[in-house]
Amino acid sequence: MKQFDLAPARHPAPANLEVVPVAEMTESTRAIRLTPDFDVETLGTALDHLDLIIVTFPIFRDGRGFSQARALREYYGFSGEIRAEGHLIADQAQFLRSCGVDNVLLDDRADTTPWLRALSLFPVTYQTRLGLR
Amino acid sequence: MNAPVGHYQYQTADREFLASRIAEFEGQVQRRLSGELTEDEFKPLRLMNGLYLQLHAYMLRIAIPYGVLDSRQMRKLAHIARHYDRNYGHFTTRQNIQFNWIKLEETPEILRQLADVDMHAIQTSGNCIRNVTCDQFAGAAADELMDPRVHAEILRQWSTLHPEFTFLPRKFKIAISGSPHDRVAARFHDIGILARPGEHGPLFRIFVGGGLGRTPLVGHELFDSVPEADLLMTLEAVLRVYNAYGRRDNIYKARIKILVQALGIEGYRKAVEHELSLMNPAHYRLAPETVAAIRARFAAPDLTASPDAEARLRNDRQGNIAFDRWVRSNTHPHFAPGRIAVTVSIKPAGGIPGDATSDQLDRLADLADQFSFGELRVTHLQNVVLAHVAQDKLLELWEVLNEIGLADANHELIGDIVACPGLDYCALANARSIPIAQKLSARFGIMRCRKRSANCASISRDASMPVAIIMSGISACLVLTNVVRSFSRSLWVVAMMHCHVPVTYSGRPCRKMIWLMPSPVSSIAI
Repeated sequence: MKQFDLAPARHPAPANLEVVPVAEMTESTRAIRLTPDFDVETLGTALDHLDLIIVTFPIFRDGRGFSQARALREYYGFSGEIRAEGHLIADQAQFLRSCGVDNVLLDDRADTTPWLRALSLFPVTYQTRLGLR
Repeated sequence: MNAPVGHYQYQTADREFLASRIAEFEGQVQRRLSGELTEDEFKPLRLMNGLYLQLHAYMLRIAIPYGVLDSRQMRKLAHIARHYDRNYGHFTTRQNIQFNWIKLEETPEILRQLADVDMHAIQTSGNCIRNVTCDQFAGAAADELMDPRVHAEILRQWSTLHPEFTFLPRKFKIAISGSPHDRVAARFHDIGILARPGEHGPLFRIFVGGGLGRTPLVGHELFDSVPEADLLMTLEAVLRVYNAYGRRDNIYKARIKILVQALGIEGYRKAVEHELSLMNPAHYRLAPETVAAIRARFAAPDLTASPDAEARLRNDRQGNIAFDRWVRSNTHPHFAPGRIAVTVSIKPAGGIPGDATSDQLDRLADLADQFSFGELRVTHLQNVVLAHVAQDKLLELWEVLNEIGLADANHELIGDIVACPGLDYCALANARSIPIAQKLSARFGIMRCRKRSANCASISRDASMPVAIIMSGISACLVLTNVVRSFSRSLWVVAMMHCHVPVTYSGRPCRKMIWLMPSPVSSIAI
């Protein structure tokens, strides 16, 4: 698998961190993988010692990961790295970036051209024009 | 700035956005044609661009934001019908238009042509926020408290390619009205909004969790008076709760109405209020300057009329029974003296409800230029409105409508049938609804003299019955809780919905609404 950067990570996580499922998180855990039905509010102060949070997409039509990533950034001020994993398509690149995702994990053979192209489209979004965020 | 009457004037950024969008879709079509994208992967992308795969061909549904378009756009739709489809288009209940015989490889070119007149097919399908619908008499009706189109435009912009709400559990429909006579069926929408002026700016009453389909439910009031500044923040909170908790395991239980039913309206409100408590209002505030800038991109028509316009109309109606009948059923009072709003029926007796030929579309554009400042509206009952006609010109307009076969006097009467496309087009259908709608309107919808009646003023009353017929060809769409009777001879399931809640059908209290579900057997017989 290879990592594709949507934007420069604010605080990149150290390489080779051990990622554990959120249900198995302990006080020494620094990287977790969420399930789409997980309520990020319950992370509470645990966020302070996390360097990497992975949001997952069992199928790209399941948009819960967008809300999780955005809530982590906006409600809880998480400034570590957020990665998206699972079934994702290039056409979601900008949405992921807007919701605060730093990078996505792609198959080794995946062509990154459509991802790069998707990021270059829509320089101005309607939401920013309306003065949101 | 030469802004069009009735809808928002695009600016450079809107056009750049559309150009990017078409480039993106063209790439997606190419990747599909080359096999790089599977049909499963392509499906949500084409749906986001209004492209459905029906029984026999691709269908392209084109967005008409809040149902308002100008004559230039209408002529382009006629052109597309003529050159890329089978010479007709179909107006939809979301105030859009769809073409049923589109070739996949031609869609990028069609979208480019649409973009030339500031139109597109974005979010007319898929599990995203669909075209925001609006009162068809907005900015014209005498009973209006507040013109809802500026806020409908704001909702259009806010919901367009929303980063968080483009992959929802299911489609999401929003309607907004500014009249105390709800003409948008606000309580039958995922979110229904009734706008009114307040002491310190507009206020919005918000309903959530209504809808039709296989589980018809009436929406609940979520908030009574949301101020303008908080409108988008409130909607974001509603959507966020739905995105996180709406069911994704069963397509029939994925709409927000099921979640509202599960949590109860108090539970849903509590969840929304919790979201609101986490949000920073400064990030979501809809600023008065933003609203003013959008409002400035709508032109206001000069609605002065000749002082004797009303007297001339009264005179024209006398002695012309057919014209008088049409004025009674197909016009709505305008706030400006001497003006009147006209509903052009796209439901000719015996015709296919909502279908118009390219020639008719062209003629409607001409009539809009001649009688209504070049502006037209599509209604959620699949008719077309010319909103600002001078009363002394009404007879002239009616005469032309007669020539082009669009003068049926049946608005909100039994001939004004809403029928889903059914098995003639739809992959989900199990019965043909269109031929039955045609037979019913041919039988009931024609004004005619009673046989053996010496006096022609004694006209069959059938055609003037204020009964709404809504027909579905999808059995999943007809499960009603009240009186359901099955007519064994005809094999039609007929359900009469007696309204226990203040249901309105196009703004008027509904006395009778008939839902017809032809069984596959009976539709084969027809």
